[in-house]
Order: sequence, then structure tokens, then C-alpha cells
Amino acid sequence: MTADLPLRAKLATTLLKSAAALSRATGRGDGSVIGGRVGLKVEPQLLALLARGRQVALVSGTNGKTTTTRFVAAAMGVLGEVATNSFGANMPTGHTTALAQAPAKAKLAVLEVDEHYLRHVLPQTQPRVVALLNLSRDQMDRAMEVGMMAETWRGVLSGVDTHVVANCDDPMIVWAASAAKSVTWVAAGQRWQEDSFVCPNCGRHLDRQGAGWACPGCELRRPVPQWSLDEAGAVIAPDGRRFEVTLQLPGRVNKANAATALAVAAQFGVDPAHALPRLAQVASIAGRYATVVKDGHTIRLLLAKNPAGWLEALDMVEPGCPVLLAINARDPDGLDTSWLYDVDFSPLHGRRVLVCGDRAYDLCVRLDINEVAFEHVPDFPAALRAAGPGRLEVVANYTAFQDIRAELDRVN
Amino acid sequence: MSTEAIRLVWVYPDLLSTYGDRGNLLILEQRARRRGLAVEAMGVNYDQALPESGDIYLLGGGEDRPQVLAAERLRADGGLGRAVARGAAVFAVCAGYQLLGNSFYGNGEQYAGLELVDMRSDRGETRAVGELSGEVTPELGVPALTGFENHGGRTHLGPGVRPLATVTHGIGNDGATEGVWSGRMLGTYLHGPALARNPALADLLLSWIVGAALPPLADEWPSKLRGERLAALR
Repeated sequence: MTADLPLRAKLATTLLKSAAALSRATGRGDGSVIGGRVGLKVEPQLLALLARGRQVALVSGTNGKTTTTRFVAAAMGVLGEVATNSFGANMPTGHTTALAQAPAKAKLAVLEVDEHYLRHVLPQTQPRVVALLNLSRDQMDRAMEVGMMAETWRGVLSGVDTHVVANCDDPMIVWAASAAKSVTWVAAGQRWQEDSFVCPNCGRHLDRQGAGWACPGCELRRPVPQWSLDEAGAVIAPDGRRFEVTLQLPGRVNKANAATALAVAAQFGVDPAHALPRLAQVASIAGRYATVVKDGHTIRLLLAKNPAGWLEALDMVEPGCPVLLAINARDPDGLDTSWLYDVDFSPLHGRRVLVCGDRAYDLCVRLDINEVAFEHVPDFPAALRAAGPGRLEVVANYTAFQDIRAELDRVN
Repeated sequence: MSTEAIRLVWVYPDLLSTYGDRGNLLILEQRARRRGLAVEAMGVNYDQALPESGDIYLLGGGEDRPQVLAAERLRADGGLGRAVARGAAVFAVCAGYQLLGNSFYGNGEQYAGLELVDMRSDRGETRAVGELSGEVTPELGVPALTGFENHGGRTHLGPGVRPLATVTHGIGNDGATEGVWSGRMLGTYLHGPALARNPALADLLLSWIVGAALPPLADEWPSKLRGERLAALR
């Protein structure tokens, strides 16, 4: 890759790799962030230079972007080696590191992009395709409001040649994506609708009927999808072919993520029939959905970072098994725990529920109001002792998840 | 005590529900039920007429555009003002709190509020984000205020208008006071939600409606949460 780079970019790439390697060797992390920071300091255009000569796909949205990125990378693997930010480092530093460390022959790149950074990363990487999954409330103490995010995306997408693969079930996404010249619509679903009651274009109340939605005040309505899931969770392709989707990852939402990934890969010429066996190989992503067997416990890890994510996670937990809920409110989680009241925990009625984390008391008050019986435990080891041998489903928000993953030898 | 159900009206959940605002409704509902009081809760969307027969009206937080839209609709509807004149209680948070006053700022412009309380809101130079604590105005007989604030606005109370609390940590209205208390109306910038962190305020609102103090609840978890949050600021 470095062969056709300008001298300064070559130097930046070398320094990036050394910084990342040093960070890994000293156990500070995977080195993506520090490496990228060093590289971009030396050559501010490094991301753009590394993206040149590669065919790039970007994936963004509030939920499911890490999983969908993994699926797209797996699907594109049909065509050859793929560069990707598989550690979930989804800001420009992480993208730069992913491309710098990829071998020269990796002419394809699939990058997960934090919603806030799409406006920077899109012009830098000139992607062939960008996939937009969903937008909902997330870490409101510092994140952009949902409507503002959609508006920013509209601005970024208008007039560019990038093809957009977008979720036709999310009005915010449709409004943002419809600024683009060409769009493939995927019926990826939207269970969480509380951030899109109102038309982002004109402010009227959206009419919803089943999966359909339309604004009574303007032209905005649900586009007809080219890709969809049927009742049984099979993917229907634009040419009418029906594909059974067998995944190791749970939930209908992951089948929808798979459909989006197939639609993205199809833009690069990948046939779904060739991609699907590769999607079936994806077992867990940086600990998400991982199952760990330890001292007689079979522990499955589910990450949920915001109300829409919790709605999906509570739908995935195995019926009958005890559930551990873990909540922190450190910087990466957002400092405000009010969102706990946007989650209905009643699907947990009648189960054994354990609670831990820095902000366990916030969750205890919430569960009490929800009339869900629970036991408060001081930490993860105590939760395992309380749960006893057998299965335990863990649902945790970001740093709580990382804490538990650390107790399980940083399971991937 | 009346045998009629206490009617809780959540005003425009489709516009004013940014972060956990439903919590305040759920908490009022549960705390009434746990005293054996009948309670009916309803959400009223902004394209519906606001019923005037409610006992406690809840207004939540919202982004600028929905806040401006809510102000227009509530002014045109007029139902909230009539309910307040009839003796209904109001609990308003963040954007909803600003709406109670004479004016507020949204999208960089000044808009008319509902003029239910003599106060006005404008933009601060910084965004106020973080934990807040305060001493509640003594006549309300409620222990220390705790919550999470996240707002760009500042609120200026008119002469003779009482704040909900004086600030001991955080910004609130202006760095000195937080929220408002006027008749049976309480307004606050606090999330958490506010009534989860301050169940005594929920009981105060309910007591205004039933006309008597309510028997205490066990409140093991809210007490632990309050203790933890207040201690974190010391």
C-alpha cells in the first residue's frame, strides 16, 4: 500500500504503526486510537491518502453498526482481502489505523463510522457506498439531538456520488438518505419509534400503519424497499430471490443487519448466495453475543447502550434463564441515567433478575417502579455466585460490558 | 379523600419526551397506587385537544423545534391555563419548564411562552451539564434536591416568584437558584428523572390533589440512590 504514497504519508504510516505496536505491547489497548492520532499529526491528509485507490464502504447509525460492519466485511471477503476497523474504533483515528495496517493487496475497505464523524469521514474516504442503519436517542448529555444529526447527514449526502443503502423503516434515515443521488432501500425495521413521531421535514405528526408511514403534511413517506425480510426472517433480494439466513448472532435485528450487509455487498457485485455462508461464521464481535463457559457457568454477553438497543437486547435473552443487568454512567456511557425510564423492563417479569454496576441504584429504582423483582449484587463475581451454576444472560451498557469482559479474559 | 381517580396528563409525549420523561409519570402513578389511591394516566399528543379535567399535568424536555411547536399548540389550545386556574398541579421539566414562562429561546429566536409564571428564559454562554444539588425552598418541606441537568438555557424569575431550590452544586436557573414554585406548579431543569431522584416532590404534587399529606412509603431504593448521588458531590 505504502508504495504509491507521498513521502510524508509513508513516514506518518510508519510512525502510526510503531505507536500502535507500542500501545499494544504495553497493554494499553489495541493501539488504534493512539496510532491514528500520531499518523494524522504527521500527515493530516493521511486518511484520504490511504483511502485512495481503495473501494470503500462506510457503515453508520445509532445501533448495529459494529455488527453490520463485520457482516459487510465478511460478505466482501468473497471478492478479496478487506481492510476494516474491527475493534470498533469508529472515529478517524481508528479508520486511519485500519487502513495503514491493512496489507497493500486489501483493495476493499469497510469502515464503521461514529454518527458524529460521518460528515468528516465521507469526504475524506470518498466511499462507493454508505450504509445508514437508524437514528435514535443516545448519550444525550453530549450527543447531537436526533433531528440535528439527520439534518447534518442530509447536508453531507447532497450532491455526492456515493450510493446510499438506507433503512426505509426509519423516517429520520429516509429524510437524511433522500438527499443522495442514488439510494437502495432496505426494510431493516424500527422497533423504537419514540424519536420519529414527528416529520423531520415539516414537523407534522407521521401517520403509521403497520410497517407503513407517511407524513400528512409533505412528501416524506416510507419508500418501497428493494431488500426486505419476510415473516420467517428470510431475506428477499431485489430480483425476488429468497435467502434463508442462518446466523450465530441472535435476534431479528441481526437478520436485518445481515440484509443491509448483503445490500451493500451487492453494490460491489457480491451475490447473496456467496456472502451468506460467510455471515454464518460470525460468532461474536469484541465480546458482543459471546458465550463464555467458566466454572460451571455458561454466560452470554449482550451489549445495549441506549433505549433502542435495550429493546432489542431484552427481546434476545433466552426465556427462563437468570439475567444480570449491569449499568455504569462513565464518560463513554453518557452521564445521565434517565434513559432507563425509556426502557420497559417488563419482559423480565417472572425471571430471576440480578443488578450490578456503578449506577445499580438508578436501575433498582427503575425496576421497582416497573414492578420487576430483582436482587442487587455488588459486582460480577457476586452475580455469578448468586446465580449459581448454569446459564446466565448478561445485558450491560458500554463500560459495564467492558468491565465484565475483563473478568472473562477479554473474550472476543 | 376523593374516591375519584387522580388524573395524570402527560402533555405531548410526541414532542416533549427527550430523555426518560415518562419516568415522572410512572413514578407519580406508582406512588399513588401504593397509597391505595386510584389513578388514571394518559398521554395527549400534540394534535389532540388537551383535556381540562386533569389533576396533574406533566411537561417534559424537548429539542428546540418540538419545543417551539409545543408552545404554539399549547397557546392555541389554552387548556393548560384553564386547568391551572381550576386548581390542577403542573410538573414541568427542562424545555417544558421554560414553556411555563413569558418567553424562551429556540433556534436562536425568542418565542412567547404560556405566561403561567412570571419568568423568562434565554441562552446561557455555556451549556449546563452535570449533577445538581440544592436546598429546596423551605415552605415546601422537602429534603435536598438532586438530579442531572443538561440545558443551554438560563431562566430569570420575575420579582416575587419563588425558585424550587437554591443551588448548592451545579447551575440550574442561573447558578444561584434552580426551578420554580408557583401555586401548584413546579418547574425544574432536572432529569434523573427528577421524581426518581426526589420522590418527596412526587408526594408533594399528589398531596396537593388529595388535600392531605400521604403516608410514607418504604423507599429503600430511592433513599439509597439519593444518598449515593448527594454523597458523590461532597
